[in-house]
Amino acid sequence: MSQETSAAVPPPALLDRSDVRVRHATGFGGSVAAFVDRVRSGDLGSLPVVVGLVIIWTVFTSLNPVFLSANNLVNLLFDCATVGVISLGIVSVLMVGQIDLSVGSMSGFASALVGTLWVNHGWPLAAAIVLAVAVGCAVGALYALLFNRLGMPSFVATLAGLLAILGLQLYVLGASGSINLPYGSTIVDFGQLMVLPAAVSHGLALLPGAAILALGLRTRARRAAVRLSAPSLGGLVARALVITVLLEVVVAYLDRGRGVPLMFGVFLAMAAAMDYALTRTRWGRSMNAVGGNREAARRAGIPVRAIYTSAFVLCAGLASLGGVLAAARLASASQQAGTGDVNLNAIAAAVIGGTSLFGGRGSAYSAVLGVIVIQSIASGLTLLNLSSSLRFMITGAVLAIAVIVDSLARQSRVSHGRA
Amino acid sequence: MNDESTTRRPRGELVLSLRGVSKNFGAVSALADIELDVHAGEVVALVGDNGAGKSTLVKILAGAHQPTSGTIEFGGRPITLADPAAALDLGIATVFQDLALCENLDVVANIFLGRELSPLCLDEVTMEVRAWTLLNELSARIPDVRDVVASLSGGQRQTVAIARSLLLDPKLIMLDEPTAALGVAQTAEVLNLIERVRDRGHAVIMISHNMEDVRAVADRIVVLRLGRNNGVFDPDSSNQDLVAAITGASENAVSRRAGRHQPAQAAARTPS
Repeated sequence: MSQETSAAVPPPALLDRSDVRVRHATGFGGSVAAFVDRVRSGDLGSLPVVVGLVIIWTVFTSLNPVFLSANNLVNLLFDCATVGVISLGIVSVLMVGQIDLSVGSMSGFASALVGTLWVNHGWPLAAAIVLAVAVGCAVGALYALLFNRLGMPSFVATLAGLLAILGLQLYVLGASGSINLPYGSTIVDFGQLMVLPAAVSHGLALLPGAAILALGLRTRARRAAVRLSAPSLGGLVARALVITVLLEVVVAYLDRGRGVPLMFGVFLAMAAAMDYALTRTRWGRSMNAVGGNREAARRAGIPVRAIYTSAFVLCAGLASLGGVLAAARLASASQQAGTGDVNLNAIAAAVIGGTSLFGGRGSAYSAVLGVIVIQSIASGLTLLNLSSSLRFMITGAVLAIAVIVDSLARQSRVSHGRA
Repeated sequence: MNDESTTRRPRGELVLSLRGVSKNFGAVSALADIELDVHAGEVVALVGDNGAGKSTLVKILAGAHQPTSGTIEFGGRPITLADPAAALDLGIATVFQDLALCENLDVVANIFLGRELSPLCLDEVTMEVRAWTLLNELSARIPDVRDVVASLSGGQRQTVAIARSLLLDPKLIMLDEPTAALGVAQTAEVLNLIERVRDRGHAVIMISHNMEDVRAVADRIVVLRLGRNNGVFDPDSSNQDLVAAITGASENAVSRRAGRHQPAQAAARTPS
């Protein structure tokens, strides 16, 4: 309706529609056409990962129908939350074009710290967790110091950190090598059992759609008030509807099993907060700018070093938190925690989800999508009773494909004039 | 050349005044006793050969270098430019040759980079309106301010860089080689833009190697040679004089060719 009125009353020309050379999408059909156009020119967004997920799920379900059972998916989401939190941190360092290779060790060290302090030394659980996360932040600050002041490439600094922190983890665990967290404690319940009540999860699933609609309508009104073109109402409602229906169906399906893990809900909330910070705040804009063109950011008066520091601190802090969650999930802090594939899974999840390895391009939700892909592969291969040798090879191949898709899409974007 | 360059506008107030500015890098004297006046609503072209000191002068005015001696008066008051932020705060904006735009961000984000409105909940609507207003005032041809800078042409990027420098409404704008690496049409676009910036009442200092461009928009041409003032020229002065002042030699390829062509041109001009 509003589309017709805006078409019928042209006199006050829209501020951003005065250039006749540009085709602008109008209405719902226009939004769809613009989307197809964007994808064709290589601005794929999260499309490849969604397509990949559908393929992976189809293959695994056809090989073993248990894969798609509600309870297996619930378990999968429990696993996603731990690596996902670490992956959120990876997104923040990748945004500024750096890397942290020590997130696995950091998470293992954090779980070891919580284990010794809480179980062996009788600290309150909360204090142990706060200390573990604070130690993580301190390590991140150290990386930032090495990078900013001594010009040490983050690749090397964090590679050194990977070894050093692994050493710390082994030192803290001492001879025993493994500490069991008591079953029945809040944190182990949180990591293994707690699910959102059905009513709450259905209510929360309404939130994203409602937020899209409410914020969209507000933006529309504000833009109309200052003579800017407004996004089509149809497209807005359609997006909110699709997301709401999708989430409600998923929640209803998971509720047929144990329900939506509380830990995964917390992870999603963190991803949403991170997305807000990256897209709607000056800090997030600065992160994008530093990742895109460091010199331009510096000349624009952005405190480039502080931005790098914030990224490293956030990454190592989230890695520690992910380590604590992993300890809760496994009900133990051991020498194996954080070793093996945790590191690469976290990095691969961010990249598979669509965050660029070269900086300046990415989103918090890429960690969510990517980690679901990674854990789906792990879960599917475990169900098929395949050895971990095959699991590593297949995960490696998926990572390679993700990077190839990213690289090809980038070339296409460049030739189509999109960054 | 055209009507605009021949009609003299009344000069605005004196914005910038340099007296005896020198800059030494160790034993090398990059600038010696530079005198320069720039008025509001005036385009001053700074020309000179490589190593003449143009860039050093711009860097001093941008606050990147400190002069060894001499006084800088800005708006009638003597000032010291300790760092780039001080220059910006006073109202001296610089558009460097490498435009320093973030290609992965859109035009609005680039114009407001580091100066976003309401940092905790970015006010995209107001920023977009300001961006359009600024670009429309410059009659700039940017298709969509929500396009990323990577999708813009060289001229459009120069436009974005200039619009960004105008955001804080500076009194003086310095442009370092604004038309280098641009095509014919894009160069014309940027030169038009410079005229509109001047007509808004800003003082403009423009560095260029291209005499055509300089003559097209400049109200005065200041020649530097080996770090010293080497004359102030009218945009109508002959290429030969300018090149002579820049190179320090009256006998060169340009003057020889001018000598050969002079009779022919004179003959062509007489009928009109």
